[in-house]
Amino acid sequence: MSRLGALGARLYRGEVGYDFVGKRKIWYGISILITITAIVGLAVRGLNMGIEFKGGAVFTVPSTSVSVAQAQEDTEKASGHDAIVQQLGNGGLRIQVTELDTKQADAVKTQLAEDLKVDEAKINADLVGPSWGETIANKAWTGLGIFMILVVIYLAIAFEWRMAVAALIALIHDLTITVGVYALVGFEVTPGTVIGLLTILGYSLYDTVVVFDSLKEGSKDITKQTRWTYSEIANRSINSTLVRSINTTVVALLPVAGLLFIGGGFLGAGMLNDISLSLFVGLAAGAYSSIFIATPLVADLKERDPQIKALKKRVLNKRAAAAAKGEAADGPADTDTEEDTEPGEAAAPAAAAAAGPRGRGAGGRPSGRRR
Amino acid sequence: MAAPNKGRRQAGSPGRPGRTLALFLIAMVALTGGMFWSGHVTPRLGIDLAGGTSITLQAKNTPGKPNAINKTNMDTAVSIIERRVNGLGVSEAEVQTQGDENIIVNIPKGTNEKQAREQVGTTAQLYFRPVLTVAAGGQTAPAPTASGSPSPSGSPSPSTSASGEKASEPSSSATPSSSATTQGRAVTDALKKDDPTPTGSASGSPSAPATPDPAATPSADPATAALEKKFTDLDCTKEAQRTKANQGAAPKDTIVACGKNSGDQWEKYILGPAELEGTDVDDAKGVLDPQRGMWIVTMDFTGGGTKKFQSITGKLSQQQPPMNQFAIVLDGNVVSAPSVSQTLGGSAEISGSFTQQSAQDLANILSYGALPLTFEEQSVTTVTAALGGEQLHAGLIAGAIGLALVVIYLVTYYRGLSLIAILSLAASAVMTYTIMALLGPGIGFALNLPAVCGAIVAIGITADSFIVYFERIRDEIREGRTLRPAVERAWPRARRTILVSDFVSFLAAAVLFLVTVGKVQGFAFTLGLTTVLDVVVVFFFTKPVMTILARKKFFASGHSWSGLDPERLGAKPPLRRSRRASAPTEPKEA
Repeated sequence: MSRLGALGARLYRGEVGYDFVGKRKIWYGISILITITAIVGLAVRGLNMGIEFKGGAVFTVPSTSVSVAQAQEDTEKASGHDAIVQQLGNGGLRIQVTELDTKQADAVKTQLAEDLKVDEAKINADLVGPSWGETIANKAWTGLGIFMILVVIYLAIAFEWRMAVAALIALIHDLTITVGVYALVGFEVTPGTVIGLLTILGYSLYDTVVVFDSLKEGSKDITKQTRWTYSEIANRSINSTLVRSINTTVVALLPVAGLLFIGGGFLGAGMLNDISLSLFVGLAAGAYSSIFIATPLVADLKERDPQIKALKKRVLNKRAAAAAKGEAADGPADTDTEEDTEPGEAAAPAAAAAAGPRGRGAGGRPSGRRR
Repeated sequence: MAAPNKGRRQAGSPGRPGRTLALFLIAMVALTGGMFWSGHVTPRLGIDLAGGTSITLQAKNTPGKPNAINKTNMDTAVSIIERRVNGLGVSEAEVQTQGDENIIVNIPKGTNEKQAREQVGTTAQLYFRPVLTVAAGGQTAPAPTASGSPSPSGSPSPSTSASGEKASEPSSSATPSSSATTQGRAVTDALKKDDPTPTGSASGSPSAPATPDPAATPSADPATAALEKKFTDLDCTKEAQRTKANQGAAPKDTIVACGKNSGDQWEKYILGPAELEGTDVDDAKGVLDPQRGMWIVTMDFTGGGTKKFQSITGKLSQQQPPMNQFAIVLDGNVVSAPSVSQTLGGSAEISGSFTQQSAQDLANILSYGALPLTFEEQSVTTVTAALGGEQLHAGLIAGAIGLALVVIYLVTYYRGLSLIAILSLAASAVMTYTIMALLGPGIGFALNLPAVCGAIVAIGITADSFIVYFERIRDEIREGRTLRPAVERAWPRARRTILVSDFVSFLAAAVLFLVTVGKVQGFAFTLGLTTVLDVVVVFFFTKPVMTILARKKFFASGHSWSGLDPERLGAKPPLRRSRRASAPTEPKEA
């Protein structure tokens, strides 16, 4: 921990750090690549829609000597539709047949009882209408739309419109990747999956907002100084909340990973697996995008703002002048880091904390006047 | 809620962390105590975790409307049934169409099945019809004392009768008469709408068998005669006859109908054309009338409904007491036949022999409107949990392992601080669990798989709140502060971050809850609940505990296992930061 703690300290002071904003093009590229893969996967393989979207019947058969493969063959023969057969923990079978209606289901049940040599009364048939999943999903999309509009308005008020736009792009990025993974892995899409996706929406934005909050604080009164460009401050914000981001992500992912890998290992494919996969992918993507996508995007958008542009010019001019004079403008404590001060360099904002210029938010920690 | 600067001296300010903490603990104990006291120590489980009952309903064609069973009507029916069984959106009942004419309703175990079956099956066609005549309803009813009160007063008892709606000068008040013949006459007279003679009808004495009466006066109008015959033949004590009494009748028809009076005796009515329909009702509630000490259903009308109701009550109120009633007819049965003494508008109430349950059920049904179709219950079966017990079990084990990993990670990284983290998580878990258990009987909340997922994600969101706080504290220590000031200075900033980000989470939950139905709604509820609890726990538990522990030597001195060791955190020695003295600007929240 001591090393981690020290790393946290150095990250905090900006002595070390990864240049997220400077190297944003690489990460944009990676994200675009992943997104394209996801979309291609979606287009080529399509989603494996579950029984709730197609309609059908689920038969639960008590313990039987018939093998899964045999049961599948029997069911497909009896129903004329594709069947998914799962072995249950108690030796029973769960058989899903899509696109069956009530009358057919009764016939299939009788046939199944004969084929699998079990008492017909012991087979439980659960009928699912095709409209159900659809209705739920449609309403969920409506909710998603309304939520996106509201959250953009909220973020535009609480932060600014650029952050709202960046957060929205990051959110769409996360959702696309998750859906794409579903298409590529071929897991069944159930209403549970839809709910998993909605969870991601809440979490992804939550994570982004925490980073933005730090960025907002860091960039307060930015135009009143000439030391750092907006991108550098954005980068510093990411780095200073990096420990938090990592910790939060680990804590959020561990239980989900437990469900996905341990639960999945025990049970094979199942409903828990469905949901935990969408959660796992979505949470990971959400944490990734708030650092690598959302904040750099804000910086990109911000740098187009005339005021910020002017600031960047001033900062660069000042640095050029300082370099020409061969003199550290920032104070003796950080002379060495000053040498590295180039736009987009990771170490660039390092001196901010130490120097504490003009009591700027995160850049310069104010002293403890109260005590 | 995102306003960061509000109430900075509120709960958790350094002065009285003990008090805040004590209040929180009392609330927690009260909740837990309430849970054990109410006897609901486990949350109600949804149909996917616990199984339940599956009801299959089949739509039936009503005479005169051959093409009523179509997709639009079925979808409307599904959404109305959904609202009826899942009024608050958290009971996890599932309603879906199956094929062209079936609706499947899945209700989780632990729901009042009988009540649910009544709720889903009731068509809820509601009409307000003027009462033309009334009589004791059964052939065999032997002098029920409570019914057929011989003095036709203006009481809300549905036992008195009123004359035809168009009778312009109802001069004579009713003479109580026990003659069945009089009843017959009353019917005839009342039905002759053009007959200017005011008709005084009276409720039959219960001693008289109401049906069939050979002495009924024949009428000139064949339709009237038919109706009259139907009325005299009707035996309201037989269920088959009751249901058939006015089947297929249009709202504009004059009908016969049955209803129970306040004495729980059947009575039969002849009712005029409907003046007001269920669609005119905006909202209905089952409430306890404090004056009469009985349960009633109050209804608020829509704008159009208010006008119609004013018109009908204005007309009726001018009539003499026995003729001023209208009947509230639900699915062909008279639920109540109150009298009117003045012009009313805007709202109405139904009184009758309601219990709390039946009043609230009726209000629920009225609020969500009538089904466009009539349904017949086809089958009722018990379904097993979609998620096998095995899988749930394994899922729980996996979740527990995941949680254990979280604890190990927190201990490794935060050391002493992880004590606070783990306590906060535990407090949050206890609160969530007890509230969920209490909401089961309270509002019918049922925990299903999506809700469990919401709770698992909540671990992340809750943990994040104090991770944000801890990191802020560490940052302050890195600035060279000692622990106690660091704890207080870190709080305003952490608080703002927590509130802003939790607000986004809560917004997502609120929008989803309002817009969606079924499972998604249940999930949104869990997410919203855990988000609110996160704020509560951080404000009233984590922060006070942190403040108290900051006074302990173990933490304050920065013991290497406290997780707050300045050296390990890489704090700069204060000396190096001498220039800071010249930068005294406070951050805004400090």
